[in-house]
Amino acid sequence: MNPIFAILAGVTVGAAVAAMALRNLVHSVLCLTVSLVGLALLYLRLGAEFAGFVQILVYVGAVAILIMFAVLLTRGGEAPPGRIANAPWSGLAVAAAVFAMIAWAIARSPALRGMAKDPAQPPLSVKAIGDKLTGDLVLPLQVVALLLTAALVGGVVIAMSEKETE
Amino acid sequence: MTPYLIVSALLFSIGFAGVLTRRNAILVLVGVELMLNAANLNFVAFWRHGPNPAALDGVMFVVFAIAVAAAEAAVGLALVIAIHRHCRSGNVDEASGMKG
Amino acid sequence: MDRIVEHLWIIPALPLLAAGIIALLKRPHRKAAAALAIGSLGLAFLVSCVAFAATLHPAAGAGTVRLTHNFAWFDLGESTLRLGWLLDPLTAGMLVMVTFVGSLIFVFSVGYMAHDPNFTRFFGFLSLFAAAMLGLLVANNLLFLFMCWEVVGLASYLLIGFWFQKPEAAAAAKKAFVTTRIGDLGFFLGMVWLYHGTGTLLFYDKGAGCLEQGAIASLVAQTTLGGMAVSTAISLLLFCGAAGKSGQVPLHVWLPDAMEGPTPVSALIHAATMVAAGVFLVARVFPLLGASAAGLPADGHVPHTAALAVVTWIGAITAVFGALVAVAQSDIKRILAYSTVSQLGYMMMGLGVGGPAVGMFHLLAHAFFKALLFLGAGSVIHGCHGEQDIRRMGGLRKAMPATFATYAVGMMALAGFPLVFSGFWSKDEILHAALAWSPSRLPFALGLFGAFLTAFYMIRQMWFVFFAPSAHPAARHGHDTRPDAAAPHDSPPVMTVSLAILAGATVAMSLLATPVWPWFHAYLGGHLDHLHVGWDADGAVLATMALSTVAVALGTGVSWRLYSRSATGTDAVERLVPRLFGALRGRLYVDGFYAATVFRLNRAAATAFDWIDRFVWGSLAGSTAWIATGFSWLGRLLDDAGINPGFDAGCAGTRGTGRLVSLFQNGQTQRYLRLVGGGIVAIVVAVAWTGKK
Repeated sequence: MNPIFAILAGVTVGAAVAAMALRNLVHSVLCLTVSLVGLALLYLRLGAEFAGFVQILVYVGAVAILIMFAVLLTRGGEAPPGRIANAPWSGLAVAAAVFAMIAWAIARSPALRGMAKDPAQPPLSVKAIGDKLTGDLVLPLQVVALLLTAALVGGVVIAMSEKETE
Repeated sequence: MTPYLIVSALLFSIGFAGVLTRRNAILVLVGVELMLNAANLNFVAFWRHGPNPAALDGVMFVVFAIAVAAAEAAVGLALVIAIHRHCRSGNVDEASGMKG
Repeated sequence: MDRIVEHLWIIPALPLLAAGIIALLKRPHRKAAAALAIGSLGLAFLVSCVAFAATLHPAAGAGTVRLTHNFAWFDLGESTLRLGWLLDPLTAGMLVMVTFVGSLIFVFSVGYMAHDPNFTRFFGFLSLFAAAMLGLLVANNLLFLFMCWEVVGLASYLLIGFWFQKPEAAAAAKKAFVTTRIGDLGFFLGMVWLYHGTGTLLFYDKGAGCLEQGAIASLVAQTTLGGMAVSTAISLLLFCGAAGKSGQVPLHVWLPDAMEGPTPVSALIHAATMVAAGVFLVARVFPLLGASAAGLPADGHVPHTAALAVVTWIGAITAVFGALVAVAQSDIKRILAYSTVSQLGYMMMGLGVGGPAVGMFHLLAHAFFKALLFLGAGSVIHGCHGEQDIRRMGGLRKAMPATFATYAVGMMALAGFPLVFSGFWSKDEILHAALAWSPSRLPFALGLFGAFLTAFYMIRQMWFVFFAPSAHPAARHGHDTRPDAAAPHDSPPVMTVSLAILAGATVAMSLLATPVWPWFHAYLGGHLDHLHVGWDADGAVLATMALSTVAVALGTGVSWRLYSRSATGTDAVERLVPRLFGALRGRLYVDGFYAATVFRLNRAAATAFDWIDRFVWGSLAGSTAWIATGFSWLGRLLDDAGINPGFDAGCAGTRGTGRLVSLFQNGQTQRYLRLVGGGIVAIVVAVAWTGKK
């Protein structure tokens, strides 16, 4: 196992655990951001530069900030007493069981064993992605555009609806 | 590629644990984001090690998933704010209208 | 020319569109609603003027313009239902009148309803009312006419009951709706019969319409019960509908009660829209009414058919009846309501003895001055803070000069003062035609008597409202502590301007139909091409004019003399003939008669059926029920002894399980999700386990 990968994986998973475990919501969101950056670096290591930059742009640049705003708007930023949230054990147990199941499946998968250890870097140009998006995938692209518009309008409507009725 | 899959599985389980245990609606959303990202990591890993990387299927999937996730986050957070206004609380267990 | 008739639908569509938009407006958008309603009707007025202009110049030798535009509406099995628009002098004249008078009434309403919280809704209903009436006018199909007719009924119901908080208003709305429905039943039957007989409901369809030679000849040829021609029977059924809508005896009872609505509504109902619909219908289907074995009624010559005789007699009786009852009423609007009943009688009589031209001219003239009178009455009521009893008014001549002047014009037109008032000429034509009616002279005498009474009651009303010493209002104000009960005042300009325009139109109308220049008669009668200008009146015309002038003068003189000399407080006629006056005030007991006969019969029937239900069928059903109950008791005993204990145990088990399961259902998504997660793991493990073997 590659040390760089180990560090990246450790930071990503550790930040994710912290994001889910800390009591203070602002800290939680900051840890989530770290975890998302770690993931983006993992994408880069895998050779998916485009996916990595999109990850940083959208997740770190937009979604994390959005979540931060939501935290501040709902006054979740006031730090509650204590550092680590207490969790019901049943939830943790179920999550652990799910992990065990997936890990077991990965370990026993015959398909994975046949894969090359470190295949050659596949060609991945932004031009190829652009051709793909405006060629084969032009319909899904339009659908996503529509979805984003709908989400934008829906978000505004949902967040405003209460104000109107008051 | 097994380590990547294990990291992905870990992220997924952590996110799932957060969804299951945290009471604050925003953290539930954060958990969902983590689960989505775990899936994305899987896509990229399988694209890299899969039989036909030139087809770009995995990367395309990730790009679309990120777009959908952004939409999901926007609507989800709007819902959180609406619920917060309505119940004066951000806790999911207080919105228990589905109680049997 | 054809363009115009193709687009004739625009005229009713404009107010309909306004009504639709206003229905979507919220309450505070008062100005928008009023502007939309007035603007759309004003625009409809302009379009109507264009349509009117198109009918002014008939092609050489045609005598009249009759444009039609028919189109298929939908297919019904083998047959196609066709609708159409029709433009002829009858339609054009009515269109201009309805849109013109309607617009003025709308403008007046802005002032009159200014303080009403439901201002927006009011204008929506008004627009709907006007749209339905205009649709009725342009229809070239009896079915479409009937549909608009019913919408007119609906809108009148909504408007009469506009102040539905008042029980009287709600009752009056219901009464208007139900009474006109009785007439509409006849209308409907007549329509179905007409369709059965001719296979079409289009009025004019290039020779194939139901009002044209072929169809009517076949209807005249067939006979039904008692040797009556089918055409006569259908005519009488259609006339039932017209009588209900136009308040003819005996279906007039709803019309005076319709006074419960806001005054502009009364003006609209009594002048432009609702009651005019009945007269219009009779004028529209006149070829059917006038059809005899000799064929269609020719221009200028009115045949004597059974159907027209019925119309004439009903009209004459209504004319006198309404005038008689109006003499003894004391509510300012109720007097006008009965005068409308009376004038509608004149119109019907005019249709019966003189054909559409005579009847319709009185309808159009009447629309102007009756709208003027009603709006004037509204202005008086507005100025007197809601007072409607003429005995408690008085002296308003000085307080409300504008209203007084315009009201006087309307009054003189209604009473038929000679020469410059339209009512004189239109009534005169009816009387002249009645004089020439060969079957009987009695309708003429009744008409003359009605003219006398009309002058009498209008002078009585004028005297009480405008001339009587104003001691009463002052006395009333003495023990009235309301701060706003100030002296009567004249109405705002938005109301008086409408009055002035209507007064001008009333006088202007009189120029259109004098015997010297009988343009209007020729226009409506369809012989514009040989319009004769000049004095060619025969002795009968002069005699009629003289007689009616004498009748009016007599009515005026007697009334003025009686009332101006009487002591205030009591009615002069009441002192002279108290019993007659009481009978008249009680509306000749027609309402009471209905209450005593129709209602009581209905109630008796209901009671009888109730009794039958209760005792005959009830006891039958009861005994059956007892037997069934006996069997059930037996079954229950068996159940209690044998089946129930086991079943109860089963139920208890189910309930216990249910309670256990419901523990999971605590409404928290997270717990559900946890169970889902556990379930997935279990399923995967199970599948993997079984798959391994």
